[in-house]
Amino acid sequence: MNKTILLDDKQLRISVDRLACQLTENHNDFKDTVLVGLQPRGKELCDIIVNILKDNHDVSNISYGYLDITFFRDDFRRNEDVLLPNSTDFKLLVEDKQVVFIDDVLYTGRTIRAALTAIETFGRPKSIELLVLVDRRYSRELPIQPDYKGIQVDVYDNQKVNVCWDDNKLGNYIYIENE
Amino acid sequence: MNSLSVNHLLGIKYLNLNDLELIFKTADNFKQVINRPIKKVPSLRDVTIANLFFENSTRTKLSFELAEKRLSADILNFSSSQSSVKKGESLIDTVNNILAMKVDMVVIRHSNPGAPHLLSNEVDATIINAGDGAHEHPTQALLDSYSIRQEIGSLKNKNILIVGDILHSRVALSNIFALQLQGANVSVCGPNTLIPKYIEELGVKVESNLDKALKWCDVANMLRLQNERMSESFFPSVREYRKYYGLTKERLNKLNKEIVIMHPGPINRGVEITSEVADSKNSIILDQVENGVAIRMAVIYLLAKKNINH
Repeated sequence: MNKTILLDDKQLRISVDRLACQLTENHNDFKDTVLVGLQPRGKELCDIIVNILKDNHDVSNISYGYLDITFFRDDFRRNEDVLLPNSTDFKLLVEDKQVVFIDDVLYTGRTIRAALTAIETFGRPKSIELLVLVDRRYSRELPIQPDYKGIQVDVYDNQKVNVCWDDNKLGNYIYIENE
Repeated sequence: MNSLSVNHLLGIKYLNLNDLELIFKTADNFKQVINRPIKKVPSLRDVTIANLFFENSTRTKLSFELAEKRLSADILNFSSSQSSVKKGESLIDTVNNILAMKVDMVVIRHSNPGAPHLLSNEVDATIINAGDGAHEHPTQALLDSYSIRQEIGSLKNKNILIVGDILHSRVALSNIFALQLQGANVSVCGPNTLIPKYIEELGVKVESNLDKALKWCDVANMLRLQNERMSESFFPSVREYRKYYGLTKERLNKLNKEIVIMHPGPINRGVEITSEVADSKNSIILDQVENGVAIRMAVIYLLAKKNINH
């Protein structure tokens, strides 16, 4: 299995900074915005963006939470193993709010479809946007596109694109893995 | 620990500690779900569940039904009083006829111990035991343990007391298995006539003096007198039972410590427990009911296996 690094720690930081900037352009003081990190892998990115917004953009009151979409997936009972959930840490109501879903990699779009259903259980948002760090092009199975993206990649089906957070040596980085 | 070690939930006896932990962890997630504005998830929308209640039930039936609805399953309800069982149809025939309508899962309560086991061998569906005679009532024991854990944390080395009609109680047996699996010490207390012979063989202590037993315990689970299962007199009078085995405020005041009070319901108020105690802050009786839905959602979710049609 070989790894090719797409973005190293520094490049990734620049990318995430840019994403946070783009968010502030559209959401001003974030008063009516709720950031939703999709469990498990969108949580880290959500935290990083929240910190950047607080530290660099003086946004003090940001509503955010982590949403687990396991019970809303469309592949339950298609595999031998039961799909086990992560915890949902989401005590907010999204009624009439501008929701931003945050995830690391956008691939088939099915996670986002499940998230669109899952978020309904917390109210009817005014709008929903999607922010991803990596957009895998030409692999979508549903008509879903990101509103904010860090990097766009074209890879083969047998390759995986992953984001590694907090590696001891390399910090945060994005890599392609050949199976 | 990605799935349960069993294909049916017939009794706690067949589960291991990992299974319990998995069920409790999944129930945590469902407890969050049932406290949301919209309390429903679409996970089981292609699953049909038949609730076969050959014996009366209020809360277990409602709790299962609600759990199934919250998971978006389709439900068939059956109660023996309005069915062809009265015309002499056998259990397996009844169930096979229901399964012919493409049912994936059967929740069964039956007065004969072993009825769910029989079904699990004879029919092609996932079976969940909702109480079989005086044998087991696994989901009740799971929700009892789950409720205790929420109150006092891990059960390891905790002292749990089960009081009352142990002889006719399926709740007692399932609870004993579940509590011991989690490392708790279990005692039973009640009139000798209502304590099964050889129960010590299960590693359970027997105490006939309620005051002594209460001093020992951290949690007291007060069982209901199962008058419907008693064909003879097991104690002289309800008044005498109340005097020796009823949980009253006076008894609790004498303890000088707080204990958690439980009851699986339905309560005979003024017999095994007084209203004052049942409604006190130490009582977690209504938590048990709320947790019952989350636990049953978890069990059904975890047992809903791969659908072979896909």
